[in-house]
Amino acid sequence: MEILKTYKLFIGGAFPRTESGRYYKLENKQKQVIANMCLSSRKDFRNAVVAARKAVEGWSGRAAFNRGQILYRIAEILEGRKAQFVAELLLQGSTKSSAEKEVRLAIDRCVYYSGWCDKYQQLFGSVNPVATSHFNFSVPEPTGVVCVIADENTSLLGLISAILPIIVGGNTCVVLASESKPLCSITFAEVLATSDLAAGVVNILTGTSKELHTHFASHMDVNAIIYCRENAAEIKAIAELSSMNVKRSFVWNKDWFKAENENPYLIMDVQEIKTTWHPIENIGVSGAKY
Amino acid sequence: MVLQIQSPTIDQVGVEERVARLMTRSIKKESKLEGLKLALNMIDLTTLEGKDTVGKVKQMCYKAQHLADDIAGLPTVAAVCVYVNHVKTAKRALVNSGIKIASVATAFPSGNSSRKVKIEETKMAVANGADEVDMVISRGEFLQGNYNFVFDEIAAIKEACGPARLKVILETGELSTLDNVRKASDIAIHAGADFIKTSTGKIQPAATMPVTLVMLQAIKDHYDATGIMIGMKPAGGISTSKSALNYLVMLYETLGEKWMSNEWFRFGASSLANDIILQLGKEKYGAYYSMNYISKD
Repeated sequence: MEILKTYKLFIGGAFPRTESGRYYKLENKQKQVIANMCLSSRKDFRNAVVAARKAVEGWSGRAAFNRGQILYRIAEILEGRKAQFVAELLLQGSTKSSAEKEVRLAIDRCVYYSGWCDKYQQLFGSVNPVATSHFNFSVPEPTGVVCVIADENTSLLGLISAILPIIVGGNTCVVLASESKPLCSITFAEVLATSDLAAGVVNILTGTSKELHTHFASHMDVNAIIYCRENAAEIKAIAELSSMNVKRSFVWNKDWFKAENENPYLIMDVQEIKTTWHPIENIGVSGAKY
Repeated sequence: MVLQIQSPTIDQVGVEERVARLMTRSIKKESKLEGLKLALNMIDLTTLEGKDTVGKVKQMCYKAQHLADDIAGLPTVAAVCVYVNHVKTAKRALVNSGIKIASVATAFPSGNSSRKVKIEETKMAVANGADEVDMVISRGEFLQGNYNFVFDEIAAIKEACGPARLKVILETGELSTLDNVRKASDIAIHAGADFIKTSTGKIQPAATMPVTLVMLQAIKDHYDATGIMIGMKPAGGISTSKSALNYLVMLYETLGEKWMSNEWFRFGASSLANDIILQLGKEKYGAYYSMNYISKD
């Protein structure tokens, strides 16, 4: 007998059901039910933020190179489970060729961003000329907890393409998966759970943006919000609510199949620049400044 | 006269089932707000670390009086709880605040010292201005079956307390069984404890709901027999608003309304206050609140 998978949430490294006990039916093109998905509530979101906040210190404190290793590990595990992702995409209405392309791009993207982990700091950090006797330098640092309302049109690629630039830079995140194509998100969570990624760095919810976007934007303990869909009313509500608590908000409504939409500028959206003024002195007769 | 204390044996499965049932109660809206404010008002804000400094104690005393000034209508905590050598600092910092000062004494947390030293320490705490003394029982003697020793020690400390109220810490995490918890509770109550308290916070497990229920029941049995009220203080490990509300439900269901004030019930906690403020902040601002807006100590 074939065993069907129960799709649950991914919060703090565990796979709990929604605390609300609510579900929604996911149907294929033939109107057959293919899965019951958790309909996350604002309390699930709150719990996920608590888990993400807890994980910030550990994840941002890791060596950048080590973060790169872990991202590469995600690519390795994804590679091994390719067939499962392709099968899920087919189940959700993709054609065979587009499903294979989506999974291949997702794996490539992991490798791409794993390389950036210990490099973007040098590109975007700087030593600044100043008129006083100071060594003045600026470095990017993670903003903290970022929440994402992921792409609606893809099941895996949009989700991964939003998560990676966030965690590359030492942030942690809470992600709402595509409502109509949620299957790959929870299977991807299984990949994350076996990739040495610490609990809470990525938390994945399934449910509706309609219900959750205002809570995402108004939560005082979330540092940034990224919206990857095109609903103008929701974009406006998020911008307004985020301004109330000085949260960074971005709209990444992109075609994730395009190569131009993997780039280090996305990393920088969720980085803060810290500038340090370090007093210097002329040392001895050498003329060395610091 | 030989005092005979007969403690009933405890049905552990029954206690756990009762606790599980009490934990399913859901408290929402206005009742939740009232419950949280009451819990806040029952907190003994505590710092009991080797690294405590005068500055840390002063900061905590300030926090005790100004939990969150942007939220109107908040009560203060019930008391601050410090080591003996910080009582004077706390006394000065809390003058005219109505907040009590509790001092741990009797070779806290182990309780391993001579009775003479313990009595001296207790007297010093009271002389320095402590309103309440939190003593630990000698768990070693208790586990060896020297119940008279434990009884006499508590009685002696109670005498040394004078006007200060005495809280007796059973350190239930070291007592192994609920039967022992009940026996130690009965001994402490009969020896003159004004409060019985679960734990020092230094030993895991600290306060748990089953242990607290057994102690509340001991208080109830004593009240039913004598009409004398004894206070209860679970301490250690209660860090969320939700669990604080669970304790309040259990208190109400076991001892009733008379005990629902900080005169008779306390939470020994250091981080619970912040979690409650987070919840009250959410009620005030309508959005989930952040630790960024609250002092950590």
